[in-house]
Amino acid sequence: MSDPKLVQIRGLTKHFGKAPALVHAVDDVSFDIARGEVVGLVGESGSGKSTIGRLILRALDLTAGTVEFHGREIGKLSQREIRPFRRRMQMVFQDPFASLNPRLRIKDIIGEALDAHGLAQGAARERRIGELLEIVGLQADHAARFPHEFSGGQRQRVGIARALAVEPDLIVADEPVSALDVSVQAQVLNLLQDLRQRFGMAMLFISHDLDVIELMCDRIVVLYLGRVMEAGPADVVSRHPRHPYTKALLAASPRPDPDARHTRDLLKGDIPSPLSPPSGCVFRTRCPLADAACAKAVPMMRNAGPDHYFACIHATETTSPEHVR
Amino acid sequence: MDFTALRLFLKRLFKRKLVLFAAIVLALVVILAIAAPWVAPFSPTGMKVSQRLRPPSMVNWFGTDEFGRDILSRVIYGGRASLGIGMAVVLASMIAGTTLGLLAGYFRALDNIIMRIVDAMMSLPDILLAIFLVAVLGASAGNVVLALTIVYTPRVTRVVRGSTLVVRELPFVEAAHVLGVSTWRILSVHILLNVASPILVQATFIFAYAVLAEAGLSFLGTGVPPEIPTWGTMIATGQQYADQAVWLVLFPGLAIVFSALSLQLVGDGLRDMLDPKLRKAL
Repeated sequence: MSDPKLVQIRGLTKHFGKAPALVHAVDDVSFDIARGEVVGLVGESGSGKSTIGRLILRALDLTAGTVEFHGREIGKLSQREIRPFRRRMQMVFQDPFASLNPRLRIKDIIGEALDAHGLAQGAARERRIGELLEIVGLQADHAARFPHEFSGGQRQRVGIARALAVEPDLIVADEPVSALDVSVQAQVLNLLQDLRQRFGMAMLFISHDLDVIELMCDRIVVLYLGRVMEAGPADVVSRHPRHPYTKALLAASPRPDPDARHTRDLLKGDIPSPLSPPSGCVFRTRCPLADAACAKAVPMMRNAGPDHYFACIHATETTSPEHVR
Repeated sequence: MDFTALRLFLKRLFKRKLVLFAAIVLALVVILAIAAPWVAPFSPTGMKVSQRLRPPSMVNWFGTDEFGRDILSRVIYGGRASLGIGMAVVLASMIAGTTLGLLAGYFRALDNIIMRIVDAMMSLPDILLAIFLVAVLGASAGNVVLALTIVYTPRVTRVVRGSTLVVRELPFVEAAHVLGVSTWRILSVHILLNVASPILVQATFIFAYAVLAEAGLSFLGTGVPPEIPTWGTMIATGQQYADQAVWLVLFPGLAIVFSALSLQLVGDGLRDMLDPKLRKAL
């Protein structure tokens, strides 16, 4: 137990394409995930959430920066060298229809994870597949079926079983419920929480839905145009946001309390093109606090309390006084 | 695939009566070719000079040729060579084309090299390229298969590459990659299974083209040597007598038309069934 950090990413950067059409998908992102911790990655479409997840898993190659996993730098390993690490980190995908091969039976989809790392053979493999299906709330005799025989929620459970098969330390869940019906979303979220308590794996939970993030996560990282705007403990960030973008996101999220609808300072316009991000602070084109100084330099991370950081040169105290629990 | 899936598959395929009819014709031709020694009334090479150029009769249903050989028997035996060559070409070009197509579609570095060669080959007319190759290699059944395989492989490559480009971007391929599944297994299981339908459709078309091309090559004298009865060689030698004994070319010609047409129709049926709802159908 030398280092409690499971994942440490520093200066993570990913550019797609070449010079005239260079897309800045992720720019200089740094954060940690501790063992057993659930970190929520939140932001609008195009903010680079999924790209970060894929960079950590090395489904994409990094442009710059480092990813440390269990204290070992994996950002520059070749695809062959990365293979042993794949046992320790897995992914749950957004689209439960496209993420399962329609031509394979459930047992082959899950069994493939076992085969890839030589985890179980023969009768033990069969048993393990049945066990995994039961863990995610399906039945062992579903193993012989094809994906199209299942509903979206059930398919997502199969996807989770596949990720669990290798007993990973980290699961990257890329919008795992956004393609599901609302009633099914809750079931899958409950399942993920149960599994986390049962197996104690860490999770990088990617979503654009702040309510889901608040429910699931210990810490939140707020992204905008590939950069971190604010990061901190989930309850602190959601109750005392410091960055104007986080405030706007929270204000846009519907509250069940009808009397609470007083904030109307919603964001206008669209996220700027990542082909030519604004100079200085990338949020300044839509920020209510922006002035000339914002265009000059990329804002440094400022500390706003224990483990709570934000990147804005203007943001002051929140309207309510500081109450960090 | 279990039997219920197979039944459903056939039921959908044969919903169109024309496809069913074509499949029956095709099956009949294949069965006759396989069972040739038992169903052919005479030896395909047995000459009876007294009986030469006889029109169709109760004894010789399709008439006799310039050496008095029974044309019906020769057509049945000729099916063996024609269909056999077609089948061999299909198998060989499927294997080669699928491999090249998967490689070109999955490994971007190979794409340009493979596809430019394929483009160059596809710019040459099929039959011309085949004639050239047989002329260089020498006329034999094996070389006809080789030449036609070279001619049709680029078609398969193209189709497979296109489908691979689509499938490789699907999340289940990424899922397998993240899982640590080997590239070989991703290609041979995840991608191949999902590009199988267009390959299957292409196979039926190439079968039809190959039967036609073999007949064309034999007719032009650059195909199978004339002593082996194929439908193409029968027409080639029969054409000298066509003005007095039209049955010499009529019956092998009809055999070509029926088998090529029924193959095309079955291929059409397969394509119509597999293409639109390919994911939900099976």
